[in-house]
Amino acid sequence: MGEEKISCRKVWKLYGRDPEGFLRTHGGAPDIAAVRAAGYIPAVRDVSLEVMPSEILVIMGLSGSGKSTLVRCLSRLIEPTAGEIFFDGQDLLKASAKEMIELRRHKMGMVFQHFALLPHRTVLQNIAFPLEVQGVARAAREARAREIIALVGLEGRETYYPRELSGGQQQRVGIARSLAIEPDVWFLDEPFSALDPLIRREMQDEFLRLQQMLKKTIVFITHDFDEAIRLADRIAIMKEGEVVQCGTAAELITNPATDYVREFTKDVSREKLLTVRDVMEDAAAEDASGPSIAADEKISAVAKTVLETDSPIRVVDSQGAGVGTLRRARVIDALFGGRE
Amino acid sequence: MAETATGAESSPPTGRPRLPSWAIPVLLVGPFLALVMARERLPAWAVTVPEPWHVPFIDWINAVVKVLRKDAIFGLFTFRDLTRAGAEAIDWPLQIVEGVLIAGFPALGLPALPWVLIVGLAAIWGWYLKGPRLALLAGGCIAYLALFGKWKLSMITLAAVLVAAPVAGAIGIALGILAVKKRWFEMLLWPVLNVMQSLPHFSYLIPVAVFIGVGHKAGTIATILFAMPPMARLAILGLRGISKEVTEAGIMAGCTPRQLLWKVEVPAARDALMIGVNQVIMQCLAMVVIASFVGAKGLGHDLLFRLQSLRIGQALEIGVAIVLMAIALDRLSQALAARQPAHIPEGPFWRTHPFLTAAGGAIVGSILAAVLTTPLAQILPKDLTVTTAPMWDALVDIITVNLFDALAIFRDDLLRHVLIPLRRLFQLVPWLALVILVASLGWYLKGWRLALTVAGFILFIAFAGFWPRALITAYMVAFSVVVCIVVGLPLGVWASRGDRRTAIATTLCDTFQTFPSFIYLIPVIMLFQVGDVAAITAIVIYAVIPIVRYTMFGLRAVPSEIVEAATTSGCTPMQTLWKVRMPLAFPEIMLGINQTIMFALFMVIIAAFIGTRDLGQEIFRALTFADAGKGLVVGLCVSFMGLTADQLITAWAHRRRQMLGVA
Ligand SMILES: Nc1ncnc2c1ncn2[C@@H]1O[C@H](COP(=O)(O)OP(=O)(O)OP(=O)(O)O)[C@@H](O)[C@H]1O
Ligand SMILES: [Mg+2]
Repeated sequence: MGEEKISCRKVWKLYGRDPEGFLRTHGGAPDIAAVRAAGYIPAVRDVSLEVMPSEILVIMGLSGSGKSTLVRCLSRLIEPTAGEIFFDGQDLLKASAKEMIELRRHKMGMVFQHFALLPHRTVLQNIAFPLEVQGVARAAREARAREIIALVGLEGRETYYPRELSGGQQQRVGIARSLAIEPDVWFLDEPFSALDPLIRREMQDEFLRLQQMLKKTIVFITHDFDEAIRLADRIAIMKEGEVVQCGTAAELITNPATDYVREFTKDVSREKLLTVRDVMEDAAAEDASGPSIAADEKISAVAKTVLETDSPIRVVDSQGAGVGTLRRARVIDALFGGRE
Repeated sequence: MAETATGAESSPPTGRPRLPSWAIPVLLVGPFLALVMARERLPAWAVTVPEPWHVPFIDWINAVVKVLRKDAIFGLFTFRDLTRAGAEAIDWPLQIVEGVLIAGFPALGLPALPWVLIVGLAAIWGWYLKGPRLALLAGGCIAYLALFGKWKLSMITLAAVLVAAPVAGAIGIALGILAVKKRWFEMLLWPVLNVMQSLPHFSYLIPVAVFIGVGHKAGTIATILFAMPPMARLAILGLRGISKEVTEAGIMAGCTPRQLLWKVEVPAARDALMIGVNQVIMQCLAMVVIASFVGAKGLGHDLLFRLQSLRIGQALEIGVAIVLMAIALDRLSQALAARQPAHIPEGPFWRTHPFLTAAGGAIVGSILAAVLTTPLAQILPKDLTVTTAPMWDALVDIITVNLFDALAIFRDDLLRHVLIPLRRLFQLVPWLALVILVASLGWYLKGWRLALTVAGFILFIAFAGFWPRALITAYMVAFSVVVCIVVGLPLGVWASRGDRRTAIATTLCDTFQTFPSFIYLIPVIMLFQVGDVAAITAIVIYAVIPIVRYTMFGLRAVPSEIVEAATTSGCTPMQTLWKVRMPLAFPEIMLGINQTIMFALFMVIIAAFIGTRDLGQEIFRALTFADAGKGLVVGLCVSFMGLTADQLITAWAHRRRQMLGVA
């Protein structure tokens, strides 16, 4: 333990008649067929994860794979059937109702897929709401709310009601509300899924801009791999309640754990994602003549050099020291290998 | 796809033997028919429960009532003292509102609000909520009351509604909240709400008369009791209907459970709650009229008096006043429910709040006018109001003179050739046969629990000793419902074709539905005097509305792609109607018929006022003798008849929808 912001160990969530009893009688880790056969819905199965401070962990998976349920377990909106969850080293599942309220008031923020704004409150009142329930005085909470309104670019809309805003604007309100209390940890459940592609892109940029300033610890759900690549430090891929693989985007692409992961990464433009370092051989080239390329370049940027050079190419780090060799065959394999 | 298709065919309760399609109706209805035919050979106890077997529900209830009335069960005071204290508590808000609206406060030397002000406020509020048309409608309706000399009575009625509706609404919301938070409470509440909402109006009056006495207060309390259930029901639905994410957003914001309830859940359920408020107001108005039987004052009291003395013209005049008030209240509260918040642009107060400013201006202006210039603005003296009674009387005279013979012949023929034979037929039904019928239907539609429930309902009626009377009620309801279907179904089909027609029909349905049921007795008495034909006519007019409405909406809800698919497959409009739209809309139409049955049961009891000989008459007698036990038991009989039909039809419609894949 220690430095992780959030970690969870062997978390289960089953829906059905008596999930606790079922888990107990099946040794705590039944396989999926047994769960299904007994008539239980496996929402989350045996998930262990950790999130580091100011890391963006993206959880992906098809619809119904248990992403929302997992995140709601982490924020304890849903009580897991079994497992342990630690928040700043504190055992979350042992926290009392009062402690949970305190945690949520000061440490957690959450953004929802369908915005979940309060329809009877203006933009300003919605954003000030988390402060209001803490009992912050009106002037102070409205001043803070105005600050965040400026941050998310909603000036001039303070007195509007949610139904008078576009989807993108509503989600800005949702984001602003979740940031009002300056949380340490930020949960986002498909925050941009309900938006049009163009707006979605714009909001992603906005999100990255905010994160550069705020450096929150983030758990972000999406079912869009492109979005995951743009935002993630690490990606966890879920299937039928289970995390099948967790790693950086490059790891998932070059080294998929299962066909399911491979399927997910199939349509990604790898040359834009992979760096030279991801595909090079570690042994430094013997032949020091010829062109050399930087290890941190994207493949797409060095494609021309690779195609024009027949011999293996020297890879250097930022100091110019050789760190490896890039062979054309490896590049082609990495770009087209996994595909039919 | 293939899998779901076969899954739907084998129908929900699996594991039953597969039978040819004709066998199911035969098996379900066969035993019933056989028992009815073999009636002569059945032992007498199987036809009507013999006297010694009757379960003395009435005596039990009356024993409880007696204990509550007489014996000091709370140590120092009796239950009745408690209820009377409750009645006193309702008295002072009543006094205040009546003082503001009509009576003034003589002790303080303050007059009531001038009528021009109330008209003005209604209009301003209407404009604020929806626009100039609603302003005209609301202002016009209220102005009518003043100009046509019904001001005082209307304001007394309005005061009762304005006091009863918030109390009923608050109780309803509280019950709804409790039900949503506590599962056991909900399990308890639903059946109670079901019974309360199908209990005839009069059944509410009797216990109130017993525990509180008669008078205006008692009437108001009966009104509160009667108007509360729909609010509780809508509160439950509304709170359940809140998006889960919104609740989660509240929790994540760090709300305590109490903050979550009052700052998130209740406001987010506003739309459903406001629809509930509309219903509560309308129920209150309907009940205030009927509560005049236990001495509620106002329009209803006068209406009752005129009807009893057969002064039809004057009764019609009051009826119009009640109807106009109903329309004004309904439209205003509907507009309130439909109104969504909008941001206010900045500016000086009179611009940001034009309606508040206007209301303030109206208050100052009209009070100045009333005090300083003309007392006419305060209240119109009798010689300045117009009475329409002579006109109505003339109309009634014309009808009686010209149509009396024709109507009398129609009435007598209908009675002799249709109604009396039909009544005899119904009276042949042995209770045992009906129990078996409803139980097997219930079992077939949903399972043994429904079977036991509905069988229990019928058994209660049989063993309470009201079997013959209940059959008369059933005959009137059944005949009326058939007439409603014959009339209403084509109307609904007609209205479903074309947006204009639908709009017109919707407005008409809305308007007629706001009329308190008692109103429908007036024209009927005028045409047919008293008796079964008059009662059935009143029932049909009142109960035809839901079938029209549901048919119309059901047909319109059929997805247009399906209709287009039928048209492109070469269906004629008739074929599209009968082969495509009707079958798809049928579950909805059945729910309409269900509502029609409920409405008919309500009306059949009210029609006891014009001399029927069924359960309604029994309740009426119980009311005169303040026999709470009897009133309640007979009321339950009526309620159980309705619930039997309701439970079976709802189960059927649910099953049918699942089969059509639209549930
Ligand atoms: N309250 C519940 N009762 C029963 N089953 C549930 C409940 N909540 C979720 N599930 C089931 O758990 C599984 C996981 O649901 P979850 O909402 O976590 O999926 P998701 O990955 O977020 O999907 P989506 O992308 O559609 O949001 C689904 O099969 C769902 O049907
Ligand atoms: Mg989800």
